[in-house]
Amino acid sequence: MNDRFEIPARLRNTSLMLIGVGVLTLIAGIAFLLMGHNSTDMDKTRFWAVLLHDSVFFTFITGVSIFVQAAVNLAQGSWLTAYRRVPEAIGANVWVFGVITLVVTICIIFGFSTKGPDGHTVNLIYRWVYPAGDKILEGKSAFLNKGMFVGFSAITVGLWAFFGNKFRAMSIAQESAPKNDTKIYWKVFRLSGLFLIVYGLSMMSTIPWLWVMSVQAHWYSTLFSWYNFASSFVSGMSLIMLWVVYLKNQGNLELVTKEHMHDLAKFMFAFSIFWTYLWFAQYMLIWYANIPDETVYFKLRQQGPYSVIFYANFLINFVMPFIILMARPSKRNYFTVTFVAMLIIFGHWLDFFQMIMPGALGENWHINWYEIGTFMGFVGILIFVVSRTLTKSSLVPNNHIMLKETTVHIA
Amino acid sequence: MAIKKFAVAAYDDEEVLFPAVSKVRKSGYKLHDIYTPFPVHGLDVAMGLKETDLHIAGFIYGMCGTSTAVGFISWIYCSDWPLNYGGKPHFALPAWIPVTFELTVLFAAVGMVLTFCYLNQIMPGVKKHVFHPRQSDDLFVVALELNDSVSEQEALDFLKSTGAKETNIQRAEASWWYGRWDKAEPYEALNA
Repeated sequence: MNDRFEIPARLRNTSLMLIGVGVLTLIAGIAFLLMGHNSTDMDKTRFWAVLLHDSVFFTFITGVSIFVQAAVNLAQGSWLTAYRRVPEAIGANVWVFGVITLVVTICIIFGFSTKGPDGHTVNLIYRWVYPAGDKILEGKSAFLNKGMFVGFSAITVGLWAFFGNKFRAMSIAQESAPKNDTKIYWKVFRLSGLFLIVYGLSMMSTIPWLWVMSVQAHWYSTLFSWYNFASSFVSGMSLIMLWVVYLKNQGNLELVTKEHMHDLAKFMFAFSIFWTYLWFAQYMLIWYANIPDETVYFKLRQQGPYSVIFYANFLINFVMPFIILMARPSKRNYFTVTFVAMLIIFGHWLDFFQMIMPGALGENWHINWYEIGTFMGFVGILIFVVSRTLTKSSLVPNNHIMLKETTVHIA
Repeated sequence: MAIKKFAVAAYDDEEVLFPAVSKVRKSGYKLHDIYTPFPVHGLDVAMGLKETDLHIAGFIYGMCGTSTAVGFISWIYCSDWPLNYGGKPHFALPAWIPVTFELTVLFAAVGMVLTFCYLNQIMPGVKKHVFHPRQSDDLFVVALELNDSVSEQEALDFLKSTGAKETNIQRAEASWWYGRWDKAEPYEALNA
């Protein structure tokens, strides 16, 4: 079966237009926020913090695609096989967002500093870069320092890019392998186990500490990385769902039935609840213990200027997916799953916004032309690179061991 | 509770059972139920059973659990016996969420199990007529409900024509009952 995807002109134009908006926003951001002749420290911080927010968010949600493949390979699941080219194509493009994140974070660490009121040099986003006599930050400096940051980030991006491309390449190599040959299957199986270790040591521990939690460097939470992972996982599954629905609407992916959609929608539903569980576990322990070192995190977010986002976050990421996706028919309906998938991605974008911005910008937050334009730019890059990768091979994983099993799959 | 007349057919192969079920549905006979030794995928669709509403019942039970928990805890802590725990407000919702969650799950789970048992007429100590002793072993048993105007022989011939291995006519209690087997089922007298 040969099922080729050709990029429709409308999709290409949309993605190029979105990239154009993103580039214009970046230029305007440099002109007005970063280099404007009356731009304040807050404007400069906003410029970098928004770039950091979007690049981290998109790296995380695309990285999920590699994790899903690895987990399903290890569990020998067949439900993903019908549309495995989609997570493969997303996973093979993690390097794009990874490199953007590396560039942005390195620029922030090495190129962004101002003089504080007491004359010390400060980095307004990653304050640990210049501890300057701060006892808490000096205590953490064995881990929170430039070398560790760049090292961990570069190794992580490198390994994610390697595994993302490797999984796709091996899946395509299977197409020309002899029929029923399991050599590649078991090789991918072993690599999947390796990747889960890599992912556990990056996404589920160090990377959110470095990229996201260290924005508020005095504060820490032990389940913060899990919370980040849950947030990314549910939006990553929604991203896969959006692509599957789009390709179905284009007439591709004829092996994908409502049963496969139902499985993906179950993941969106279940992991919305899992996210809420972690969100609440983090909140309740801090609320109950009431230690000032810890409650400072929620002071700004829940009672301060971010309270709108704090409650919207709960509403969009838990209440709405929970109620809309609860019934079985709505998990098998194209409209509801598309709507909820977009809702979840937007909701978790907001979630990351309220993780990063309070530490960097304090009370002066905006969701305005710059934030929305940057987000559109990243969406444009995502559509452009993923659709380009999808065209390069058949959308049906011919000759895959699980192909028969996936066609008869029932959710 | 009613004694009814059934035409019973036993099949020994799924591949015979499925066409037979569709023939039964087309013929106009009233399909009472099908008994199988194991869950047969797709049989519910072939029988024309509608999607169960058990999950809606589960949602309602869950909501009952949530409101019981929140109502009861808030009555205790806000009205009946208010105490000051670490300076927290009396209406300390975050602290109650774990208990509320557990009670929601408990109500939904227990309620759904009981509803499931009721819908399927199974419960400890409850009896149901067994149409064929091998229906839980290696035969698929189809029971058709007959009224008095149908010729018994015609029904049996029809069932034989669909590939049934064994057929017979039984008068039996149609629903469940509580107590002893012979309480509602004087077999010999009924089928003499």
